[in-house]
Amino acid sequence: MLQSILFLLLLVAAFGLFAWQVRKIWANIHVGRERDMSGHPAERFRKTLLVAFGQQKMFKRLTPALLHLVVYVGFLVINIEVIEIVIDGLFGNIFGFHRSLKFLGPVYDVLMATNEILAALVIIAVAAFWWRRNRTNPVKRFTGVELRAWPKLDANVILYIEVILMVALFFMNTADLKMHQMLGEEMPGTFPVSSLLVGLLPSDAGTLHVLERIGWWAHITGIFIFLNYLPSSKHFHIIISFPNVWYSRLVPQGQFSNVESITHEVKAMMDPSYVVPPAPTAPDGSTLAPTSFGAKDVEDLPWTNLMNAYSCTECGRCTSVCPANLTGKLLSPRKIIMDTRDRMEEKYESPLIFRPNQYGPEAKHEPVTDLMEATLLRGKVTPEELWACTTCNACVESCPVNINPLESIIEMRRFLVLEESAAPNSLNVMFSNIENNGAPWAFSPSDRFNWADDLFAAEKPAVTVA
Amino acid sequence: MSPTTPAAGEKRQITVPVMADLAARNESPEILFWVGCAGAFDDRYKRVTRAFVRILDHVGVKYAVLGLEESCTGDPAKRAGNEFLFQMQAMQNITTMNGYGIKKIVTACPHCFNTIKNEYPALGGDYEVIHHSTYLQQLINEGKVGVTGGESFKGRRITFHDSCYLGRANNIYEAPREVLAALDADLVEMKRSRANGLCCGAGGAQMWKEPEPGKKDINIERTEEALATLSGAAAALQNLGGVETETDAPSQHSLQGSIIAVSCPFCMTMMSDGVKNKEQENAVQVFDLAELVASAEGINA
Repeated sequence: MLQSILFLLLLVAAFGLFAWQVRKIWANIHVGRERDMSGHPAERFRKTLLVAFGQQKMFKRLTPALLHLVVYVGFLVINIEVIEIVIDGLFGNIFGFHRSLKFLGPVYDVLMATNEILAALVIIAVAAFWWRRNRTNPVKRFTGVELRAWPKLDANVILYIEVILMVALFFMNTADLKMHQMLGEEMPGTFPVSSLLVGLLPSDAGTLHVLERIGWWAHITGIFIFLNYLPSSKHFHIIISFPNVWYSRLVPQGQFSNVESITHEVKAMMDPSYVVPPAPTAPDGSTLAPTSFGAKDVEDLPWTNLMNAYSCTECGRCTSVCPANLTGKLLSPRKIIMDTRDRMEEKYESPLIFRPNQYGPEAKHEPVTDLMEATLLRGKVTPEELWACTTCNACVESCPVNINPLESIIEMRRFLVLEESAAPNSLNVMFSNIENNGAPWAFSPSDRFNWADDLFAAEKPAVTVA
Repeated sequence: MSPTTPAAGEKRQITVPVMADLAARNESPEILFWVGCAGAFDDRYKRVTRAFVRILDHVGVKYAVLGLEESCTGDPAKRAGNEFLFQMQAMQNITTMNGYGIKKIVTACPHCFNTIKNEYPALGGDYEVIHHSTYLQQLINEGKVGVTGGESFKGRRITFHDSCYLGRANNIYEAPREVLAALDADLVEMKRSRANGLCCGAGGAQMWKEPEPGKKDINIERTEEALATLSGAAAALQNLGGVETETDAPSQHSLQGSIIAVSCPFCMTMMSDGVKNKEQENAVQVFDLAELVASAEGINA
């Protein structure tokens, strides 16, 4: 009875705390600009199935894809056992039963066996992940200015927790199995890994019962702790990457967003009789139209780009394929996404439980004393980074969860150009060439058709098509 | 069409039809050839424009150009964040084209292609827009261009450099490769190709500015990859960054006579500069698809 009450309290506390944290993230994302992402449910469903559930884009790189697949499938399948743990925890002690799903019979055998094999594979995969990050010469994309301090620690903490959870699972199963063997009872389920480990535990039924309880409580408490660690961590991607893929853009990657307020202005300039439609208003009567062009801070970005920031697991595929980054420029698309999250948590809801997801004071930008002045643009992302982008879409293409760093870059470029007139001088020259000559170069518009002068072709009978 | 048909091998002058003249005669073309600023002003890319016009003329399609009425699509302004200038340019061009009732556009510039196809509709410009690589592929498939009778590319080593605004931006990867395949050349793929292709370094308005400080220029990085691919320099290919899938070890070849094929005016400039920087301009040439097709067809004069 006491265990049941304790478990109920723990369960309520864990989910309550988690909901409280998710509400903060929800609020942060809603700081962003309005953007209509409704419609096309069939296409969105297909995309979510392929990219999110099916991990389609992960498989561009086979080794990490397979390792990740093990942990992902392990997470999905082992969580079925969590349902059993919750039922056992709430009612098992009161009604005197244990392993409540055992009525499934042969299905239970398969489930338990699959769990054990997956759990063993997860430990191997996690070890490989740790090695890829922490060896003397780690995988290059796990290095970089933005992957120090908290993000570096966070990545390892996730791996450690995963190993602890799996070890607790084996501890619980092995003790349970050996206890049944000692008492001469039949143990429901099949346990291919734990049956190899029974020799490691003492042969005393009473001690085994205590060990089984320790394993059981460690496993479920670990899961609750991990659940509440997620909102402070890049590991939140295991939840939010699904809606992130659902709400990702369906238009061609080359299509940049249209700024409607500018369209009205330009139309009014070209046609004085054009009537600018009134800006949409919020229920409280305030206007919803943006008051400035482009993005200076997080609230100027569309909400999807803020959700992007919470979906990022800092894998660095974007940065590793970025032509600017590859050739030593300051730009790193991953850093821009991480900066966006840091800034949201600095300015709005935060810290969650742990400190915000920051990579430390050694970062490139100057420390700013007044946090409100340290806007995303200039406070975290420098114009030098933004101007290094070739808009090649390699980062967008590479992201396994459809994050779009390019959109954020363009929004900040728009602010620099339209609000501050702070483009590099050579680009200002290009702008005035377009305005004056209708071409980005300083050619006379009257020479535009000169290419057609003295144009000859070698004569050849045209191919006749039957 | 002309009353006296000259014999094969002779030169014939092409008068490029201008939209305003067609409209005055109450005619409308099947396609509008959007030349683009690079195609109109850049000395190197003018040769591509002329090669493409020879092909249009050769297949006898009814085409026209806007001539002096064409203006920058606004692409560089939009990528650089100057949305206002972009929309001014776009509206001006849309007014011109809608005035002529244009329905179908072909262009040899992926940036113009992307902008007109994807970004003009929101501003009132709805057209069927085709990149010249797709158009050339169609002409070859339909048998209108046989890619015979001219220069032979049989056995020449060619590597195709994907343009970002054709590839990732619009998912066109196969059309240019099919055009090159028709040349019967020895087509070799770079490690970073198709969706994993590396930018030449000129997109996003970089064409008009100096690069930010770094270790290397992007076009040098890309040219080194292209040259190593053409010559089969395994060691140079080993250390490339940002490769998503590994390929088999290459075999060794002489660079002499090999070709880097492009489908974009900015890629053309960047790759040509890269080849000069690597002092390989006597061995390796950079060509656009239209030039290769016109040469193979034997219609370049």
